[in-house]
Amino acid sequence: MKKLRQLLDDLEPKFAKNKFVHTLFDAADTLLFQPRFITRSGVHIRDGVDLKRTMFHVIIALQLCLLHGVMNIGHQHYIALGMFPEITDGLLQKAIYGLCQILPIVLVVHVVGLGIEILFAAKKGHSVEEGFLVTGVLIPLIMPPDIPLWMVAVATAFAVLVGKEAFGGTGMNILNVALMARVFVFFAYPGAISGDEVWVAYDYSWVHSLANAVLPGEDFLMIGAGIEPVHSFSGATPLALAAKGGWAEVEAATLPNGEQQYSISNLIIGFMPGSIGEMSKVGILAGIGILVATGIGSWRVMLSMLLGCAVMGLTFNVFAGDSPETSFLGVPFYYHFIMGGFLFAMAFMATDPVTAAQTNTGKFVYGFLIGAIGLIIRVSNPAYPEGWMMAILLMNVMAPLIDHYVIQGHIKRRLSRA
Amino acid sequence: MNSVIKLNKGLDIHIKGKATTDRTLPYQPKTFAIKPTDFKGLTPIPKMMVQIGDEVKAGDPLFYDKPQPDILYTAPVSGEIAEIRRGAKRAITEIVILADSQIQYKDFNAANPADMSPEDIRTRLLSSGLWPAIKQRPYNVVADPAVTPKAIFISGFDSAPMATDLNYAMDQGSESFQAGLDALSKLTDGKVHLSLNARDKATSKTFTDAKGVEIHWFKGKHPAGNVGIQIHHIDPINKGDIVWTLNPQHVSMIGKLFVQGKLDASITISTGGPEVKEPAYYQTILGACTDELLEDNLQSDHIRVISGNVLTGKRIERNGYLGYFDNLVSVIREGDDIAELIGWLIPSYARPSLSRTFFSGWFSALGIPEEMVVNTNTHGEHRAFVVTGQYEQVLPMDVYPVHLLKAILYRDFDQMEGLGIYELVEEDLALCEFVCTSKQQVQDILREGLDYVRSQN
Repeated sequence: MKKLRQLLDDLEPKFAKNKFVHTLFDAADTLLFQPRFITRSGVHIRDGVDLKRTMFHVIIALQLCLLHGVMNIGHQHYIALGMFPEITDGLLQKAIYGLCQILPIVLVVHVVGLGIEILFAAKKGHSVEEGFLVTGVLIPLIMPPDIPLWMVAVATAFAVLVGKEAFGGTGMNILNVALMARVFVFFAYPGAISGDEVWVAYDYSWVHSLANAVLPGEDFLMIGAGIEPVHSFSGATPLALAAKGGWAEVEAATLPNGEQQYSISNLIIGFMPGSIGEMSKVGILAGIGILVATGIGSWRVMLSMLLGCAVMGLTFNVFAGDSPETSFLGVPFYYHFIMGGFLFAMAFMATDPVTAAQTNTGKFVYGFLIGAIGLIIRVSNPAYPEGWMMAILLMNVMAPLIDHYVIQGHIKRRLSRA
Repeated sequence: MNSVIKLNKGLDIHIKGKATTDRTLPYQPKTFAIKPTDFKGLTPIPKMMVQIGDEVKAGDPLFYDKPQPDILYTAPVSGEIAEIRRGAKRAITEIVILADSQIQYKDFNAANPADMSPEDIRTRLLSSGLWPAIKQRPYNVVADPAVTPKAIFISGFDSAPMATDLNYAMDQGSESFQAGLDALSKLTDGKVHLSLNARDKATSKTFTDAKGVEIHWFKGKHPAGNVGIQIHHIDPINKGDIVWTLNPQHVSMIGKLFVQGKLDASITISTGGPEVKEPAYYQTILGACTDELLEDNLQSDHIRVISGNVLTGKRIERNGYLGYFDNLVSVIREGDDIAELIGWLIPSYARPSLSRTFFSGWFSALGIPEEMVVNTNTHGEHRAFVVTGQYEQVLPMDVYPVHLLKAILYRDFDQMEGLGIYELVEEDLALCEFVCTSKQQVQDILREGLDYVRSQN
């Protein structure tokens, strides 16, 4: 260890010439070794926690979602082609297929996003901040599995440049950076992120060919090449179905093998079409467990968002009636928790400390309104199949206002004390 | 026992090497010093009244601050002025006295404060050099003798890491403490408040038997012992209010000034920290040099000596001098040579933390007192504010610290006032600075704000 430290110390002057390279070197150095900085004024000892550790724990909390995403992409792909109908069938193929879809996305996000981060850090002369660590994992998880890589690149660049660096970098942004990437795709390339077709990866790309070439067996991975999707397979998500005909429609959906596609247990386990990382409720719940136990994710935001969604869901239930047009209103409120991206948005998007309300009281209001507004968008706006992205971005903008009123109330209270 | 004020927020930092209260050793070093920099609000170059080589008695004036010529700063011991040290821009930093082996005292005449007028008490405090022991809030500066405070607050316990146990230190001499309280109570129209620790198994009779004061019991983690936190819960400072705060040991000195008619600046201090071989309690005098205290008493050479506790204390040299307001010498390892491989994720040694991503965070959350070895490493780099709600967890006050700090950074006077800057001094936010994920300089920012607000008022 000491030798490695010595090596880095010796190497540093060689990288000092070019700003970009030096920033890159510094980022790698501080990632490898905790910096040997000491307290100069103020407190003489510091808490062990830093931003790297905090951010990394969010990434740890996302791991199950990521793992599930890999398996689910593969699973959906093969069952769409009429193969490996059981979850446990063809595990290796499903895993490799999923990895071939996800890894390029993760790679592109990091090359583009981190590249911009380092460029800006070098320009401003500070070290690379850790905010992107989480953003870089979140962006792939909220994309459809079949998204073209160039779109990912453009969206990531937009999110980091306009969403963050324009405001001054990590800690200064107003809007959730990962959601900025998604909202960019949503409005710029709506065809790539809406409809029934995009939530399952059907095709093989050069990545799969490449993987297939090194794998044993001629068509080990691309076993389904050339096969048309099974006629009876529908990539429609529960939300699309519920919008069409309420909960009954969701329950009626079947898989090619005749099994019910969206049973409650499957909605929770999450082997179904959808964004890469948002499907596994089990994985998300594990993530919530980690975030709340470590205190990194705000339980206030999560709880109040859950409440907001429940209250709005109940309100809708009251006005549902019997007409088929309003059948979406009649979906029992608790089913909203397990459909679409609600839980994922609650656990990992709304809780972003930079863009959420900062006061504890404000967090309750902020979370509640996201829950309520998100559900309004989900249920009553036919243009947007899902509401959380919009609701969170809207409340990101409103969060400073909420805090402002909390603070004003506090100041008034202080004045009345006199 | 009156009703107990319970504070749920805070953090106790348990550090290895706390002195035990089984005995107190005498400690009389060769030199003592008064440091003008210990007193907030002074001009950098005070007016010197002595020169090198002058002989002084304990209680003889050394200097005064030009805007406040009535407040004299005096010698804690008798002896010869050995050195007048200067720092940046010729500011006077230390006035060193080579002490006599037998201390000569300037005579102030013994008197019973109960029989004296407030004016006489004030004059005596001003001339004796004990007036600067009175700190004024807002701003934490030397009290203005022209102002009558709303109330006077004394914290009877210190909850900071490795703090000197005041129950032990104050157990002898309830008489002088009472006399000090009698004198102080004449200087305010309001009450004198004394706060005690409800977590202590036994509280010294010096405190519990104190008369003429209102006793409050506090139960909670650090910073429950900070007088600022106590004021907030007893009688908060509003705009325009002025209150005074004192340390109990200074109150005793004031008492002795009246009862014995001399400036007896003796004080009980303790040494502590993982780098001290034998942490112990000592009986010494204000401004003692730490050289002999630490000689052959250190585990290693790569250390930092702190006058005060590890959160708010001042860094001093190994042969430096104890601060005027400090009764603790903390010694911890300097952390600039610790290169931890992926230390931010897999720490190679236990470190105190509020964060429950560490075992130590769980220890503090569950209230398990796990003593740890600490060093001065920052454990991370400076970042912008990212994590929210963290400062609030360790600040048992109705205050929004991050918003206040931001208001200070963008110099919004009204917002600073509105968010309660008058209630706070650096030590109250020291824990916020400790727990800060972004490694912000919280105490420095607050001082900036306090100086700014003071200059505007």
